[in-house]
Amino acid sequence: MEQRSADNSILRRSRYTAVFLGLLIALAALVVWNINTGSVHIGVGEIARILFTGKGDDTAVGIVWKLRLPRIAAAAVLGGGLALSGFLMQTFFGNPIAGPFVLGISSGSKLFVALTMIVALRFVSFISSWMMVVAAFVGALIAMGFVLLAAKAIRQMSMLLVAGIMISYICSAITEFLIAFARDSDIVNLHTWAQGSFSGTKWGEVRIFTFIVLGCFLLVFCLSKPIGAFQMGEAYAQSMGVNVRRFRVVLILLSSLIAGCVTAYAGPISFVGIAVPHLVKLLLKTAKPIVVIPASFLGGAVFCLFCDYVARTAFAPVELSISTVTALFGAPVVIVMLIRRHGGRA
Amino acid sequence: MSEYYFRTADLSVGYNGKTLIRDITVSLRAGEIMTLIGPNGSGKSTILKSITRHLAAIRGDSFIADASVGAMSYKELSRKLAVVLTERIKGELLTCWDVVSTGRYPYTNTLGLLSPADREKVAAALESVHAADLADRDFTAISDGQRQRILLARAICQEPEIIVLDEPTSFLDIRHKLELLSILRSMAKEKGITVIMSLHEIDLAQKISDKILCVRGETIEHFGTPEEIFRQEIIDSLYDIDAGSYDITFGSVELPRPAGTPRTFVISGCGSGIPVFRRLQKEDQPFIAGILYTNDVDFQVARHLAAEVVSEAPFSPISEETYQRALTLMKTCDTVICAGVPIGESNRRIADLIEAARSLGLLREA
Repeated sequence: MEQRSADNSILRRSRYTAVFLGLLIALAALVVWNINTGSVHIGVGEIARILFTGKGDDTAVGIVWKLRLPRIAAAAVLGGGLALSGFLMQTFFGNPIAGPFVLGISSGSKLFVALTMIVALRFVSFISSWMMVVAAFVGALIAMGFVLLAAKAIRQMSMLLVAGIMISYICSAITEFLIAFARDSDIVNLHTWAQGSFSGTKWGEVRIFTFIVLGCFLLVFCLSKPIGAFQMGEAYAQSMGVNVRRFRVVLILLSSLIAGCVTAYAGPISFVGIAVPHLVKLLLKTAKPIVVIPASFLGGAVFCLFCDYVARTAFAPVELSISTVTALFGAPVVIVMLIRRHGGRA
Repeated sequence: MSEYYFRTADLSVGYNGKTLIRDITVSLRAGEIMTLIGPNGSGKSTILKSITRHLAAIRGDSFIADASVGAMSYKELSRKLAVVLTERIKGELLTCWDVVSTGRYPYTNTLGLLSPADREKVAAALESVHAADLADRDFTAISDGQRQRILLARAICQEPEIIVLDEPTSFLDIRHKLELLSILRSMAKEKGITVIMSLHEIDLAQKISDKILCVRGETIEHFGTPEEIFRQEIIDSLYDIDAGSYDITFGSVELPRPAGTPRTFVISGCGSGIPVFRRLQKEDQPFIAGILYTNDVDFQVARHLAAEVVSEAPFSPISEETYQRALTLMKTCDTVICAGVPIGESNRRIADLIEAARSLGLLREA
């Protein structure tokens, strides 16, 4: 038996390696592809020269450094963050279709960011990146609070999601209402943002969200052991030595912080949080956090880079909202997952 | 250190600050098996959850080797106490090996990676529950009996000093019940692991346990060895048995005896009567059994099923008085069934009884 299990572990390991290699190659390819495409055509040779020497045609340098690269960074880091946040919420609720978007966490963040922007622009005519992140985090936590209240009252998995979707609708309605009545011209942008988009990202913002999201990623990765215990159910996790009460708080704070941060910069983005961890688990054939966490992060980056590419190019020069594209590719994954799960149980 | 390895002191348990059962005081030596018995909903699980700290004790505390369980960190507790719970293990895409290996959690490094020594212990735990061949199987695709063994292996792998199991034999067929309990028994005796569990099968509880805790009502009325606890009146009142009966000696259950005036008399001995009693019971015909020695196996069943039993003390000749009583009762019946009985020196009056039945025209051979 030792022998067979040893063979099995070699098989597992080579599978993990293959998946990670595949994801890294896809990531690299999508980065190159995304730099290369856009409304202004720039040759590959020129891009290479701009990237490695910083010299070249001024407009081209501007497009690559100020538009395309920060946008790529946003799609990669925030996409990874979304997948991570989704994975944490699935672990917390023990529910494979939990995620920041369906539970209304993203919408809660959206509402608070819109509110902060309107108030800030009216009274102090100034808004910093950090204010947005804090507002988004607070909004995420408040929405999470409502979801937790609902979860306490109703034990059924599907009803929890219904509660989340309702919270999401309420928050979106209030946000739309605020945007419609805010006259400030600066808020014109708010509408695009409220639909979800990676466009218009600046390097200063990239620094902040990369710091937050990567920091959270490292923390979550270091927590993969208790997360693994938590996946077994709370009672077993406790018997394995996890302080469940404290750990629940950590999970809520981390997942809300990541979801809030993503929303602050890119608006609410649907389905990445559910579809990516699920696909990653299918590929890896395991749910072990120590491999699923980094793979989900990479997978989220790949998925969002791909979706952003489609959003930019499918109907160029018109840009689609990123959520439209993620829903198009993510929702079928979720539907298939639901059917397979129910099929398995029946 | 006291001579007891595990004890509870005035432990009161319940939910949301409401006491369900109070003042539980028990003590166990290392390697002893304590079983909680009692009717459904009596609070067996509540007590177990309080011992494992899944529920906060309302008052009092438990002690493992004189260390307060309430004051321990979860981490310390996890190295001393492992559990097999009734709730299903969550988690997806887990092989049995994966499930068992989670028992190593308290011993692995920060990232939870298994060392070669850990792997050996997982393999040994699987071996100890005879489940080595299940290692690579999907945990959700195995049978109930296999699942309980894997969960037990997981608990063993945690190298605890105490294992707490909540109804580990539910949903198992008889073979798997026996298999699981015998693994527990040998584990307790060979490795000195103390076992605390709840069981619905009181017959098995009687046979496997060193100590029995009867759970019913607000306080614990009975705690002791199976010999002390398994008395007819204690068990009958614990479970409120009014339909049917539970035989303390054999741990067998009988359905209620047929009601009404008996019209059948059964003569039997040395086990020949049991199938007849059962048939009459199923046909709902009340009957009288006799003459049976009180050490006859037929007597043990007849006393639960027959409307009346004419009996005689063992090893003595059947007295005239007993014979006359049997004859009188027999005459009130329509039928006498003779299931066959060996006649010897002391019970030769039975031959007279059979003869009387024949001359009355009541006799029917079984």
